[in-house]
Amino acid sequence: MRFLFKTDYEDDIRLMPHSGYLVTYGVLLALLAVAPFVLSSYIMSQLVFVCIYATVGVGLMILTGFTGQASLGHAAFLAIGAYTAAFLQQYNVPFPVYFLAAGLLTGVVGALVGFPALRLQGIYLVIATISFAFIVEEILARWESVTHGNEGMRVKTMQVFGMAISRDSPTFYFLCLGFLILTIVGTLNLLRSPTGRAFVAIRDSETAARSMGINVSLYKVKSFAISAAITGFAGCLFAHKLSFISPEMFTLLLSIEFIIVILIGGSFSLHGAVLGAIFLVMIDPLLTYLKDDLPGMIAGVASTFGAGKESASQIQDKAAAIASANGLKGAIYGLIIVLFVLFEPLGLYGRWLKIKLFFQLFPLYKRATFKRQKIYVKSERNR
Amino acid sequence: MLDFVQQLVSGIALGCVYGLIALGFVLVYKATEVVNFAQGDLMMLGGFFAFTFIGMLGLNYWLGFAGAVICMALFGMLAERVVVRPILGYPQFSIIMATIGLGYFLRSIAGMIWGTDDLKIDTPFSQGVLRIGSLVLAHDKLSVIAATVILCGLLYLFFNRTTLGTAMRASSENMLAAYYMGIPVKRVVSIVWAISAAVATAAGVLLAPITFIHSNVGLVLGLKAFPAAVLGGFGSIPGAVVGGVLIGVIESMAGFYLPQGWKDVAPYLVLLVVLLLKPEGLFGVHTRKKV
Repeated sequence: MRFLFKTDYEDDIRLMPHSGYLVTYGVLLALLAVAPFVLSSYIMSQLVFVCIYATVGVGLMILTGFTGQASLGHAAFLAIGAYTAAFLQQYNVPFPVYFLAAGLLTGVVGALVGFPALRLQGIYLVIATISFAFIVEEILARWESVTHGNEGMRVKTMQVFGMAISRDSPTFYFLCLGFLILTIVGTLNLLRSPTGRAFVAIRDSETAARSMGINVSLYKVKSFAISAAITGFAGCLFAHKLSFISPEMFTLLLSIEFIIVILIGGSFSLHGAVLGAIFLVMIDPLLTYLKDDLPGMIAGVASTFGAGKESASQIQDKAAAIASANGLKGAIYGLIIVLFVLFEPLGLYGRWLKIKLFFQLFPLYKRATFKRQKIYVKSERNR
Repeated sequence: MLDFVQQLVSGIALGCVYGLIALGFVLVYKATEVVNFAQGDLMMLGGFFAFTFIGMLGLNYWLGFAGAVICMALFGMLAERVVVRPILGYPQFSIIMATIGLGYFLRSIAGMIWGTDDLKIDTPFSQGVLRIGSLVLAHDKLSVIAATVILCGLLYLFFNRTTLGTAMRASSENMLAAYYMGIPVKRVVSIVWAISAAVATAAGVLLAPITFIHSNVGLVLGLKAFPAAVLGGFGSIPGAVVGGVLIGVIESMAGFYLPQGWKDVAPYLVLLVVLLLKPEGLFGVHTRKKV
């Protein structure tokens, strides 16, 4: 086990505490750089979605994970970003300009949502953000002169300085990846600044934060604005990746998906946003793969355990029928959420930390290290 | 004027539906401080159970109704035992996520079992209208209003007058202290879930002639009932019904007098305004922070 000897404050807030980080992240970056030349185009397309979802996840993490303000309205921010980009693109505005505009406009909207949210907490905030998302969805469907209503909008191929970047090209992947890395590094820097520490203080106890002289309202609005802006930028990329956007893409279910991203990843670290995005996006190809191959595998297992040829094929048919039933995906999604909340509340990154600690302390690992305190008293719950 | 009254009455009927579902939210919240996002889906499942008993097995309406309520009460206890009890005491948000997951799961499973078509139950209230002057009221809507008033009254009395109701309020306030006072908190929570699932089933069955039963009905109505509960102030039983009626009336008035599209948005706009002015809802109790 490595002990870091910190001698001053700079050591404490260093982004790369020791050289090991440089090696691991260097290798990861190299792998991501060669990925487009190795992996199939389908997997690459999924990887682009991973980048976009992870970007939104980082944005949501700032708000929900670090400032403690739950939001089920991030699909609306994504929609505002996407529609701003699509609208400005019609007037031949160059990409860098409308990309920035998408992020900034969404940030402003985020700040505007942040003001009413100041007085709300817990479930009231959740329902307020849901309401906001509904209203945005309805506006998108009704404001036909701008959004073309339910017909949706086409998004043309991205043009950067005269160069066309198609949505399936490796360049587009690098663009999304680059923006994700930029967001992560920017957020890490934000979090070690006074602003970031104020966010965390508000999450841990608003009263304590206020008594330490933190302007709670200001920082909450800031958190909303930053989170929305990041989501808006991601929305612009999302629109380009899909090449077609319509209001029914940005429903409550999408907001829930974003929450799943940070919940499954682990909502206390930025690693969680990325891991959660990988999990959420990659589960789709995995389920498709299982759907095709699992029935055969089950039948194979059944026949090795002495089932006759006929009954084995019956089992295979039944398994195939269940696997291809409508809505199985939803059931599995639901099950995954419940199981994660019940058994892995710290998410995938939490599991990784547990495994790491287990080997670091090898014979001395205590399960209680990661145990969370339960609170049974109402007055302590609504801090 | 007649139009107005007609809209008002149908708005109230619609609102009572939201109120019935909102009652379930409020019950669980009142007793355990848990927000059950799967409430609408419990209602949907209750409707499907009733359909199975009445439509498929051919039981008498009231018998099927009772059967569905009992089955769902047991199911509510099961859901509480499996999903909610292990995470009681953890931050509210993880419980919200767990119930959202449960809702997802139930919706998909119900879709797989009963198919995705609209199902219909023949009820004694399906046909028939009541005429007062030139006002026309359908029986199915009146039955919902009557059931809401009765259930609301019963639950209000239950919470304020019976020992079990007091125990429920106590365990909401402070589970640990309630346990020390000899209240079997786990059983209390379990019973609350059973009651709220039973109320949801009643809503589902009464709604069957109006909205039909399909696997997404819970999500759609649940998302309307949730603002109703918040509007009334989460944790107030009369508040849930008043909130529901308000939302219903606003929706039907907006649908009638305002241009298309306002109908779906108006309830949420009103909700946002109310939350801005009175963050704890109309009937909510303002809680002081303890440092």
